[in-house]
Amino acid sequence: MYRYDQYDQAIVDARVDEFRDQVARRLSGEFTEDQFKPLRLKNGLYLQLHAYMLRVAIPYGTLDGRQMRMLAHIARKYDRDYGHFTTRQNIQYNWIKLEEAGDILADLASVEMHAIQTSGNCIRNISSDQFAGAAADEVGDPRPWAELLRQWSTFHPEFSYLPRKFKIAVVGSDTDRAAIQLHDIGLQLVEQGGELGFKVFVGGGMGRTPIIGACIKDFLPARHFLSYQEAILRVYNRYGRRDNIYKARIKILVTELGAEEFARQVEAEWREILPLGIDAPVAEIERIEGFFAPPPFETGLADDVDLSDPDFAVWVKQNVHAHKVPGYAIATISLKPVGGIPGDASSAQIERIADLAERYSFDEIRVTHAQNLVLPHVRKADLYALWQGLRDADLANANLDLASDIIACPGLDYCSLANARSIPVAQALAERLAPIERDPGELKIKISGCINACGHHHAGHIGILGVDRKGEENYQLLLGGSGAEDASLAKIIGPGFTQDGVVEAVDKVLGRYRELRTDGERFLDTYRRVGVDPFKAAVYG
Amino acid sequence: MKILTGNDLGSGAVVWWTGEGWSRFVADAVDVDEHGAAIAAAEEAARRVNAPYVIEASAGPDGPVPAHIKDRVRSVGPTVRDDLALARDPRAGSYVI
Amino acid sequence: MVELRFRDDAAVDEPGTTLDGFLDQSNATAVRIEAGEDVRRLLPFLDRLRLVEIAFPTYRDGRGYSAARILREAGYTGELRAAGDVLVDQLWFMRRTGFDSFAPEKALDPAAVERALNRYASVYQRAADGRPPVWKLRHG
Repeated sequence: MYRYDQYDQAIVDARVDEFRDQVARRLSGEFTEDQFKPLRLKNGLYLQLHAYMLRVAIPYGTLDGRQMRMLAHIARKYDRDYGHFTTRQNIQYNWIKLEEAGDILADLASVEMHAIQTSGNCIRNISSDQFAGAAADEVGDPRPWAELLRQWSTFHPEFSYLPRKFKIAVVGSDTDRAAIQLHDIGLQLVEQGGELGFKVFVGGGMGRTPIIGACIKDFLPARHFLSYQEAILRVYNRYGRRDNIYKARIKILVTELGAEEFARQVEAEWREILPLGIDAPVAEIERIEGFFAPPPFETGLADDVDLSDPDFAVWVKQNVHAHKVPGYAIATISLKPVGGIPGDASSAQIERIADLAERYSFDEIRVTHAQNLVLPHVRKADLYALWQGLRDADLANANLDLASDIIACPGLDYCSLANARSIPVAQALAERLAPIERDPGELKIKISGCINACGHHHAGHIGILGVDRKGEENYQLLLGGSGAEDASLAKIIGPGFTQDGVVEAVDKVLGRYRELRTDGERFLDTYRRVGVDPFKAAVYG
Repeated sequence: MKILTGNDLGSGAVVWWTGEGWSRFVADAVDVDEHGAAIAAAEEAARRVNAPYVIEASAGPDGPVPAHIKDRVRSVGPTVRDDLALARDPRAGSYVI
Repeated sequence: MVELRFRDDAAVDEPGTTLDGFLDQSNATAVRIEAGEDVRRLLPFLDRLRLVEIAFPTYRDGRGYSAARILREAGYTGELRAAGDVLVDQLWFMRRTGFDSFAPEKALDPAAVERALNRYASVYQRAADGRPPVWKLRHG
């Protein structure tokens, strides 16, 4: 885990003071709402359907027990006893009082957390692989690079008023667990001739115009990491469209110029920037890497797990992944109980997870973009005790990557931008599909309540988009998306449905899949093999 | 009918214009006719409300019912959390959708 | 009207000409850059430039920050003025990208300016203000 030094702490503390001052000026009437709004958004404070909502950054989705306890404390003291983990590895509180926002930020700062740049047209929280530092397949740990980006992007003087928001993700393996090709910049740590570097993707994104990012550099030497980001951002800041909010993301600039021309402009800008000393020195990278050194793993541990308890065996099969160290495993805690709200956790659950992380996972917790949590370093011998601890807090849902592990945005139940509710659709689908979900295996259902696509519907094997049709909620069905290394965009298959109708339609799609699939084929693979027509026929007759 | 809604500046709570002040309960809302914009401007300037706006509503047996689903959700709370619903009558959530 | 100036030399009273006008004239020393104009076209003429005024049509339009830094990175040492929708909450970023005079449309509260410019003791990036980034302080 990264720990703040005096400089990091002073910057975050100063931000708390600044925001307190801004809130006081709003409450006293010195600011109108129009003047205050961009300032509060820079600090993740929205006015949502029911109250103010605060989005707290969880840099690259990494937390320790102390921070988790503070998240629980905030939920209990300032909110309604729960928090919502988001698709960008953050946490949101839905019932915040403006009067208390400064106190919450001060509490967060006391555990080295903040809400800086969790909204606004700036570089947002850096996201990463939830298995970083634990995955058997990684070239290197992406988190030190994500932390370097966090610092570099914090209050960047040139890039705080970009044409639009800007999201960066970093991974360290070929398996993409962070959807890097659907980010404004996606960075993959790679090795070439013994040297570390990055493959750079630019211009991916979802929203109104979903686009898969283009690779503009096969190998960026790690020592030039920051200067190259600076070049990309400068080209975007200068030439990204500012005349139309819907065309202001970098993906539109990259598309309009063409990836090759965009890359050429970045290279030209980079040559200007390289001599300026933008890149952090090796000593700084080593300092940050020091915080992410592997925990003191025991050696010689057995790899056996006693699976005689059948419920435990199911959970292990579904929610536990291989760890790079023998005798250890990665355990994912599903925040998707059937009938629950995807990504929500009560303060008691958050505290329970903090306890279990301290006891069984070297005090580390990760947040996934699929709104689940991960204990990355669990001794296999402790898995059963961990599972029992989770089960007692309703956290042992054995459904990772199955049909009921649904990503859903808050939708019209909470969000003022939404056109339709997402959560009730997720609940109805989970209830319908949970009894049969082990048979299709991996199936990623993703639901958004509006075209902004916080629920990643374009990246769902099955995606659902809620729209407003003459004042009524209506749901479009999309098929064939993926946010993984085989990224693809799901496409709308036909006219939309009511809430009940879309559940029926998904059921029919899966029925057709069972008829068409070959042995062991995932839904996505069947869809890619046979195309949309058989599914259309099944749904629309 | 037209009713006026917004959020309390400090707490963020959803509030409805009662003719004399602001209530948490949509049942207390009154028809503002064509006066909504003027009331909104005066109340916002006095910082008694934040981001007010006028909506269409119909008269129900227990008071005004907002025309749009978004404002019906605002009037009660998230439809997926009955335990958090704001209502004098525990069944009030039933008309949301 | 210039409200804040962080330079000791005499102010330039020549009104800034347009970029095209400047490029057509051999003796102009002041130029006004609109958002979106390419300041790199000025680079051959830096030695005779005394004032570059960069327009902020709205505070949300951040192109002027890049324009300022590009000029400073190229060695421009004359006055660099931010004009237009210049608010106190942006001053810090403007100072960091090389602006040293300000002509805001709406007057700024001097106490708020003071607070805004002294709020953060250290910075994470190298920019055009010569401040050492935190990594420089950490490692020398």
